Amino acid sequence: MKVCDIIDQLNLKVIGGEEGLQNEVTGGYTSDLLSDVMGNVDEGQVWITLQTHRNVMAVASLKEVAAVIIVKDLEADDNTISQSNDEGIPLLSSSMEAFELSGELYSLLKQENK
Amino acid sequence: MKLFKADLHMHTVLSPCGSLEMSPVAIVNTALERGLDIIGITDHNTTRQCAEVVEVGKQKGLTVLCGAEVTTKEEVHCLTFFENFEKLERFQNYLDEHLPDIPNDVDKFGYQVWVNANEEIVGQEDRLLISAINQSIDEVEQKVKQLNGLFIPAHIFRPSFSVYSQLGFMPFDIVPDAIGMSARVNVDEQLKKHPELQQYTVLRSSDAHFPDQIGTHYSIIEMAEASFEELRKALHKKDGRKVVELR
Repeated sequence: MKVCDIIDQLNLKVIGGEEGLQNEVTGGYTSDLLSDVMGNVDEGQVWITLQTHRNVMAVASLKEVAAVIIVKDLEADDNTISQSNDEGIPLLSSSMEAFELSGELYSLLKQENK
Repeated sequence: MKLFKADLHMHTVLSPCGSLEMSPVAIVNTALERGLDIIGITDHNTTRQCAEVVEVGKQKGLTVLCGAEVTTKEEVHCLTFFENFEKLERFQNYLDEHLPDIPNDVDKFGYQVWVNANEEIVGQEDRLLISAINQSIDEVEQKVKQLNGLFIPAHIFRPSFSVYSQLGFMPFDIVPDAIGMSARVNVDEQLKKHPELQQYTVLRSSDAHFPDQIGTHYSIIEMAEASFEELRKALHKKDGRKVVELR
């Protein structure tokens, strides 16, 4: 499954990093502590968070995640969006809360692997 | 030039987690007993106890710097200090504007009152002070700089409420006046691991919530006198002023 498929199925908004919409998604990770994400997210996963700081995109790039989804329609900081464009890593937004969105993404990915 | 013992991070009775014993008189007396020359008053998201501590400090000969420990929206704790009451008040207005309207539960979190030199209650903050304000670390830094204050991320390697726990690393566009490290952190080791931090002055302080904790950790600063401007110079290693030792 690609990032663009997830966008369609979960009704996400693209805020930045369109270049990476064809990235392959291998799984997901939900956390708001960037120190935790640095240690535990795997390459190719979609990272779900409420953090909107620019460091999010730096960590996303370091760990080569497939995309970042910001929950609850929170507004990303301007330099977070520009860094998402620079890195070519999609920055997406959802109106759902992290619990709900994680559940939806989990079922979607599980279904695909059946 | 002289050496000054500075403990720049402590809470008062006004912080919900600060002991009721942390009155201006108790703070100043304990600080003097422990040989401190300068203290910093840094309650969570409020500056309202500062003026009374300054007043008591003046009478007894202790320099008291005024500020707050701000919780940014990323839940990073940052110390802030201001040079005079006018700037402090403007920062207080900024905090009032951005502190969310979550009522304090006195049974759970404790009282949020500020008191005078006679330990009489002068006022009470009804909003929970330990929540995060709705401003990013960058916005808080900008506000502090705009008011010519000092911006010092606190205990940056703590596993919670720190730059490194919440944001992974020091944001590239933040230029702190100094960085705080807890006593349990091996400063040399961390600076070797994080060369990007080597340019900054490191401060150590007690983060006291109880009188007994005041002065348990502090920084020794070489400067001409105990003042805000001298401290700024020392943090930026200017004109021979500097932090010489962490205890």
